[in-house]
Amino acid sequence: MLTKPHPYPGKLIVVEGIDGSGKSTQLTLLHRWLVSQGHKVFFTEWNSSALVRRAMRRGKKKDLLTPTTFSLLHAVDFADRLNYKIVPPLKAGMIVLADRYAYTAFTRDVARGVHPEWVRGVYSFAPRPDLAFYFRVPIDVALDRLLGGRAKLKYHEAGMDVGLSRDPQESFRLFQGRVLELYETLVLQFDLKVIDAMGHIDSQQHIVRRMVARSLRDYAGTVAEVAIKALHRA
Amino acid sequence: MPTAPKSFYGYGIPYLKVDNLPGSLIVLEGTDGAGRSTQIEQLVPWLEVEGYAVAQTGWTRSPLLSDTIDEAKAGHELTVTTFSLLYAADFADRLENEIIPALRAGFIVVADRYMYTAFARNAVMGADRHWTRQLFGCALVPDLVLYLKIDAEHLVPRVLEGKGMDYWESGMYLALGSDIFDSFRRYQSRLIREYNRLAQEFKFITVDARRPIETIQAQLRHRISAHLRARNHPTVPPGTPPVADTD
Repeated sequence: MLTKPHPYPGKLIVVEGIDGSGKSTQLTLLHRWLVSQGHKVFFTEWNSSALVRRAMRRGKKKDLLTPTTFSLLHAVDFADRLNYKIVPPLKAGMIVLADRYAYTAFTRDVARGVHPEWVRGVYSFAPRPDLAFYFRVPIDVALDRLLGGRAKLKYHEAGMDVGLSRDPQESFRLFQGRVLELYETLVLQFDLKVIDAMGHIDSQQHIVRRMVARSLRDYAGTVAEVAIKALHRA
Repeated sequence: MPTAPKSFYGYGIPYLKVDNLPGSLIVLEGTDGAGRSTQIEQLVPWLEVEGYAVAQTGWTRSPLLSDTIDEAKAGHELTVTTFSLLYAADFADRLENEIIPALRAGFIVVADRYMYTAFARNAVMGADRHWTRQLFGCALVPDLVLYLKIDAEHLVPRVLEGKGMDYWESGMYLALGSDIFDSFRRYQSRLIREYNRLAQEFKFITVDARRPIETIQAQLRHRISAHLRARNHPTVPPGTPPVADTD
């Protein structure tokens, strides 16, 4: 998988990028627009399933997680959401928006030290998105944005668990720098659509919407809508 | 004759060095009710009397995930994919925090079940075999796999006398039979068929688990002794007192 298109009538659109790249902002704006166009949209985000929430919280708090268990717990989260949150709306013909996808594991987990081929194997059950955006941003810009919003960097987001530096900002720079390099290797392999995340928010959104509109050209709407249309024609 | 250095089953864990692990990883496999825990209970004190320091590890017993796995099983919300991934996470947690450190310290690690349990179950549950094996590519290849082989006919009365048939061990989620008894028998037959297949592929040492407990124990000790004799073990020669208490 991740190489073959999925068989469902819905559309799967994902955003990727490091923290501070602005991808979530862009996805929110896209969500608003799609709904205003009359589409049925479902949103899901990385690391949000209830199944592993407790283990994840405990593991992170007590620093019990190794790069491998960190990776596998995120895979459980992903598989759980895929089964309950992503595939059903796709089967119903809805548009699913995902804030982060398997590519996040291919960058973050590998930057933490797991084998790149192993983690690709772990996620090989993931369907390929119809459209995957990558918001490319330099480290310093991401850091400025994060520090502007909240005072402290999160422990794992800064890769503090990897032990690259005791200083959170320096650790963030080193860890996310590695993540950025890894994203670049994915762009061609997985056909990620690169968006320059330095541009104005509205001009980035303009590009995103244009690409989404193009990807929706063959989209017929939800299964229910298609059935109703067929009924009207008859 | 020195034993071969340890290796990973698949792509492995790049940040872990496994070339200097003087301990031995001994695995007991077999379906529930085959008598694994009874045998391990007797093997451990025997090994310690022989002078070996022993560490034990068991399937789904990691501090990180055992609660999560229990809860998820109770809620029946798992799919074969999330089930396998949780098992793998539990396994990796024990591998990195218990198994490898103990092997590095020269302990004999006795594992109650190993990745083959996941291979067998997943095959029965219909998961992609290739995927399951990729998942456990982070595993260390054991030094010895002792397989307690039993058939469904002998298993049924033992399980009924013991803790009884539970939802998951009966494969109820597969809807194989009209009631739990039917389902249990069919599910366990399929599981055993998979174990037998794995026994060939991975060259398990098969022990007939229908025999009396003492006979099985004697055979297991015989096999383990042979392994321990064969390996080159300069740090803890047999007969020396245990290195440390494992509490």
